Amino acid sequence: MLQADLTIILPEIILSIYAMLALVAAVYTGKDKAAPMLVWITSALFVVLAVWIGMNGEGSTEAFGGMFIEDAFSRFGKVTILLSAAAVLVMSQDYMHRRGLLRFEYPLLVALAVVGMMVMVSSGDLMTLYMGLELQSLSLYVIASLRRESAKSTEAGLKYFVLGALSSGLLLYGASLVYGFSGTTLFAGIIEAAQGDYLPLGMLFGLVFMASGFAFKVSAVPFHMWTPDVYEGAPTPITAFFATAPKVAAMGLFARVMHDAFGGMVGDWQQIVALLAVLSMFLGAIAAIGQRDIKRLMAYSSIAHMGYALMGLAAGTAFGVQAMLVYMAIYVTMNIGTFAFILSMEKDGQPVTSIDSLNLLARAEPGKALAMLVLLFSLAGVPPLVGFFGKFYVLRAAYDAGLVWLAVAGVVASVIGAFYYLRIVYFMYFGEESEGLDGGKSAMLSGFLMASAAIMLIGIVNLFGIETPAAMAAAQLVN
Amino acid sequence: MTIAALAFYLFAITTIAGGLFTVISRNPVHSVLWLILAFLSSAGLFVLLGAEFVAMLLIIVYVGAVAVLFLFVVMMLDVDFAELKAEMAKYMPLALLIGVILLMQLGMAFGAWTEADQAQALRGAVTPTETHNTAALGALIYDRYFLIFQLAGLILLVAMIGAIVLTLRHRQDVKRQDIFEQLYRDPAKAMELKDVKPGQGL
Repeated sequence: MLQADLTIILPEIILSIYAMLALVAAVYTGKDKAAPMLVWITSALFVVLAVWIGMNGEGSTEAFGGMFIEDAFSRFGKVTILLSAAAVLVMSQDYMHRRGLLRFEYPLLVALAVVGMMVMVSSGDLMTLYMGLELQSLSLYVIASLRRESAKSTEAGLKYFVLGALSSGLLLYGASLVYGFSGTTLFAGIIEAAQGDYLPLGMLFGLVFMASGFAFKVSAVPFHMWTPDVYEGAPTPITAFFATAPKVAAMGLFARVMHDAFGGMVGDWQQIVALLAVLSMFLGAIAAIGQRDIKRLMAYSSIAHMGYALMGLAAGTAFGVQAMLVYMAIYVTMNIGTFAFILSMEKDGQPVTSIDSLNLLARAEPGKALAMLVLLFSLAGVPPLVGFFGKFYVLRAAYDAGLVWLAVAGVVASVIGAFYYLRIVYFMYFGEESEGLDGGKSAMLSGFLMASAAIMLIGIVNLFGIETPAAMAAAQLVN
Repeated sequence: MTIAALAFYLFAITTIAGGLFTVISRNPVHSVLWLILAFLSSAGLFVLLGAEFVAMLLIIVYVGAVAVLFLFVVMMLDVDFAELKAEMAKYMPLALLIGVILLMQLGMAFGAWTEADQAQALRGAVTPTETHNTAALGALIYDRYFLIFQLAGLILLVAMIGAIVLTLRHRQDVKRQDIFEQLYRDPAKAMELKDVKPGQGL
């Protein structure tokens, strides 16, 4: 029995053993000199595992008595997480290296965080869920304060740690109430116990506390306060990482728990998720208007995007989950491109994050400005770019589920949000004459930027066929 | 009143008193000592429940290691607790208000508490019977919850890496002991005698 179980979690085992061996090897050999090589090996391993999981997996199996679930949903999540983490690692190497931040622990902590995320999307038990979540969070706290001589970076790490601990407390408290009601921590047992119209107050309290804990992790309003500070304080490549893979994992976990454990009480959590969605969309759209720092701006942008993804979840249907998965995949692709652009923003060798520095970029570097324009239009959801289809999907899911008010709110928020994306475009093309950026001619970053922009254009044909796996994933999750 | 009931009330009251004084003591060292008392009496509660392994664990790990560590940290760190408390006092009214609201909500949840029909049976189902509780814990942790146990190990590994990454500094100007250099030193060359003439420097 154990052997069969271990075969199912083989990707996670391989990644953890790799991280431990590489740690020992790096300590005894080159220390930080080995870091660039470790970055490449780690991202190559991510890609190999992503391909393997994507190609091999079939059907739905359970390991360790249902505590670990391997199905189409977890595979979709894992492939997205692994590929985006690999992309961010490769992008970050040059930036970190030039600023003396490339410690050999960095790629290994990212690898361990990815193990945590993979466990999160496949968890089938409240305890597995918590272990995955903490493994991921703890690694993220550490890499947030990697630039330890900078007060901002350490503040970001500390803030993230304290608020993350608070959210874990909320989550655990909710989990204990749910366990108290149902007598088991297995999702399969909880869903059996939590059926029917009459659900006691204790169970609802548990649900609300757990939803608050997840909302913290996906940075949905009103649990978003940490996001702008952490995004601004952490080194930019690490911000790029925060904005991509952990968001997918947390969203996957949210959907997994809501459907697998609380699937019998959709009506109860639908209103919570819908409220989180509408608040996030509006706050993300309005608060970003006043931001002049592009990293803070991206923080609010990610809050708004999480609102849209939650709208898909709020629908409470299989189509809603499919829309959420498609939205997350598109969101991650757009963010990788945008952060490739932000990483290349520098002046006299120093990173610049003010959006005023983008004035008239189109004259100096027309290609880069054009790619960024495509990405910003896509982030804003302007048709016919891929970002529009993501929004269209979640809006349709909400509309089909009878949440017309939510869909209307989503459209209004997206119009408000378009303002700040388009303002950056305005600066790039029609801004005032000022001292612009120089340097940042990294071929790697330009490559990611162009590729991401190209995906936004070419993807409108058939979204690269991600709808079918997303639909399969959603069908296996919701039944 | 049976002996067991008497022991329960004794341990319970001591635990609560210990916890209370941990929070309100003015001297942080006293707080840690009260905390140790709270740990010891809750170990007594565990023995009454028949969980003797957990009770011993509490004494060995918490009293023996954690509390002593706290004591050292408190004594070695130069933290001005009076100032911290003054800072806290500013937020006290709001904190109390939120605390009372939360307590009322939890009271509501507790008042209306019911559990699913099969909850009691499910809760007992995982526990191995007919064995003493150390063996039962072993069977659960290393067999049924093997995955979670290993993941917990990974979390501790991350914590260790994190502590080293964030605090270890390689100083360049530190003199380190080199044993081989010491061993292979030639006594003949270790010291050089110079004959300094009076009135002249070297």
